[in-house]
Amino acid sequence: MAPEPDVIAPGRRVRWSTLRRHLAWTVAGALALYLLTISVDQYRNLQIATIAYTAIAAAGLTVLTGSSGQISLGQGAFMAVGAYTTALLLIHREDWPLGLVLILSVLATAAVGALVGAAAARLRGPYLAGATLAFAVGLPALADYRGLRDQLGGGNGLTVPTKPPPLRLGETFPLERWQAWICGLCLVITLLLLANLQSGRAGRHLRAVRDDEVAASLAGVSVARTQILAFVISAACAGLAGGLLAFVNSLAAPGAFQLTVSFQLLAVVVIGGLGSLAGAVYGSILLVLLPTWSADLAQRLDLSRNIYANLPLAIYGVVLVVVILGFPQGLQGALLRLVRLLRGPLRPPTITGR
Amino acid sequence: MTARTILRVGATVAALALAASACGSSDNSGSGGNSGANTASAPGVTADTVTIGSHQPLTGPAAPGYSEIAPAARAYFDYINANGGINGRKIEYKYLDDAYNPTQTVTVTKQLVLQDKVFAMFSGLGTPTHTKVVDFLNSSRVPDLLVSSGCQCWDQPKEHPYTFGYQPDYVVEGKVLGQYVKLNFAGKKVAYFYQDDDFGSDGVKGLDKYIPGADVVSRQKYTPGNTDIAPQVGAIAQAKPDVVVLFTIPAYTALFRLGELKAGISPTMVVSNVGSDPITLSGLLESFAKQAGASVKGNDLIEGIVSDSYLPSLGDASNSWIALFKKVHDTYVPKLPFDGNVLFGMAQAYTFAQALQAAGKNPTRQGIVDALEKGGLTGPGLTPFRFSKDSHAGYTGVQLAVIQKGAGVPQGQPQVTDDGDGAITPITASPVQAPANGIPGS
Repeated sequence: MAPEPDVIAPGRRVRWSTLRRHLAWTVAGALALYLLTISVDQYRNLQIATIAYTAIAAAGLTVLTGSSGQISLGQGAFMAVGAYTTALLLIHREDWPLGLVLILSVLATAAVGALVGAAAARLRGPYLAGATLAFAVGLPALADYRGLRDQLGGGNGLTVPTKPPPLRLGETFPLERWQAWICGLCLVITLLLLANLQSGRAGRHLRAVRDDEVAASLAGVSVARTQILAFVISAACAGLAGGLLAFVNSLAAPGAFQLTVSFQLLAVVVIGGLGSLAGAVYGSILLVLLPTWSADLAQRLDLSRNIYANLPLAIYGVVLVVVILGFPQGLQGALLRLVRLLRGPLRPPTITGR
Repeated sequence: MTARTILRVGATVAALALAASACGSSDNSGSGGNSGANTASAPGVTADTVTIGSHQPLTGPAAPGYSEIAPAARAYFDYINANGGINGRKIEYKYLDDAYNPTQTVTVTKQLVLQDKVFAMFSGLGTPTHTKVVDFLNSSRVPDLLVSSGCQCWDQPKEHPYTFGYQPDYVVEGKVLGQYVKLNFAGKKVAYFYQDDDFGSDGVKGLDKYIPGADVVSRQKYTPGNTDIAPQVGAIAQAKPDVVVLFTIPAYTALFRLGELKAGISPTMVVSNVGSDPITLSGLLESFAKQAGASVKGNDLIEGIVSDSYLPSLGDASNSWIALFKKVHDTYVPKLPFDGNVLFGMAQAYTFAQALQAAGKNPTRQGIVDALEKGGLTGPGLTPFRFSKDSHAGYTGVQLAVIQKGAGVPQGQPQVTDDGDGAITPITASPVQAPANGIPGS
């Protein structure tokens, strides 16, 4: 390992106060999720679980695309790797705890991410987008490949046995709340790790490589290694998200990982604000709730079937266009601007911490 | 950490908690008694409505033809509602599109059960789709009635006490079609073309019980969604069969027929009921050919296809059921073609209404399951239902039919059998007449 250059030495580790701030947000987030899940009905809990795993995949992508500057259209395919790993383990190793299964899914997907990342580190811009696009199209089709069809269930996919909530929570404890808890917990842990990563040395390396590869390598940052690392991190997140998807929906099927999923995740990241973890969460909330709202709206207005089926996509498209035109920094950027406006003129940053 | 940060975080949590408690729901109405008045006796049941749900392929590969089923069923429910409903309750039928994609099936089914709180699922369509929600529905104790698929997998009263089939299962259908091939094409070359899931493999299981393995020269499968079936058609054309048996959904029956045309072969086609509705097929053939820049006459291409049915023939205007459903069709859904899918949807809706009627004045979820298990449901079907405590399979058999001039013409007697090694026996039960006002139990 090359010696750490002096320029960025002062922040060698995550500053203590930063870590404490992240921990405070994590605890607050977990508490908020807990209060939310015990006060809403089963369907809302299911939506919370869906939002949580979508946000995990989007958070991974926002680190890759926002911080390291690599565009990936293959996040959906990485989710498929995680989902099938979880599905196969839950089917064939029924007694293994869910936590272990999810960790193994993350590791398996991270390994695939390293492979793809090694190839991707040689590619730039549209070539990278093209390569990951091919990956997103090709990988889910493997489920239907002759030799694998019997194990992976072909186009029908695999039915995953449902893991009921532990009995000590009571016999009537709703399954959906349990799923929301698991997914919510995974989300806050993922966000904590990613936030620390972004404000630590690895995050600075990612941004240095994004802004100027030559300058970064002159400063002693290994460009290829940093880019592969970004892919591994983003794939690991997608693996976790896919595993949770399989757990919540009790299935892993190619239909869940069509190309649109990868596009939608990229849109989530852009709407939320490229590189912003909070933005990934806002974007996911929009992605999951918009279709239900618009479907309710369409039903109330008694629209015809053709309009009804396309309304969610149309609304989503309008939101995307409005956000990009109005707030190029995404929802998180807009929010920060609003906060700054409310606070009045910018004050010089003060160094706090005792 | 500064005091300000703590304050900010705290305020956020408080705001979220407030928001959460504001949208928290409180439901649960009292349980129903057996008093004279109608009560909200189960989830989805009020004093004057029963809400049921379904997942249906309104878009996607299975939509051609099948997308008419749910609107037709709703039309029949509208007819019932306009005539006083069942035990004074209107049936509200909410069906959502799953595009024949199992992942969407899971999403919309959970929405129907958890958000819309339906009393029961009715007519959930498709084998690859519905298999993904059977566990969820049964563990949630939601009656899962009259699944629109002939998979054997619905008939598992011990594991899935709330799930009931509707159609004769594909093994039964395969046996009857297999016997037809054996009797009429002994020693000739046979090829199979079928869907690569339980639908296709159950059908083939039935066929193989009658057609000798040595006669089968080619077995080709397809996955719904992938419309390129040229390799499979090529393999079958090369084997030069005299008969091809298809267990396919309508779009793939049409694609295969066009493939045959291109390959220049014309074996006798024997097609499972679900993929053989003449009006749907002829429309599909014409629109597919048009997309490819050719023009064909749909009805000419399907002339002579051998198939089977468990419902009366559409062309039989003297049949009281056909007259009833035609009347409902003309009043409520005149824009749909009056074809096998519409007949299917309405006949199925009639059976549901009959079961709801039998479940009593204030139906419960267990009550409607008991009503079905008690047996004795009669209706438009050509053969009886198998429903009992030990069996949740639907119709017991089929009648052969040959497509002539764009309509299925019944052949011989309806035949019943089991999905094991039991014999195939013709039945001569006299058909039941439709009730005078078209509503069960009155």
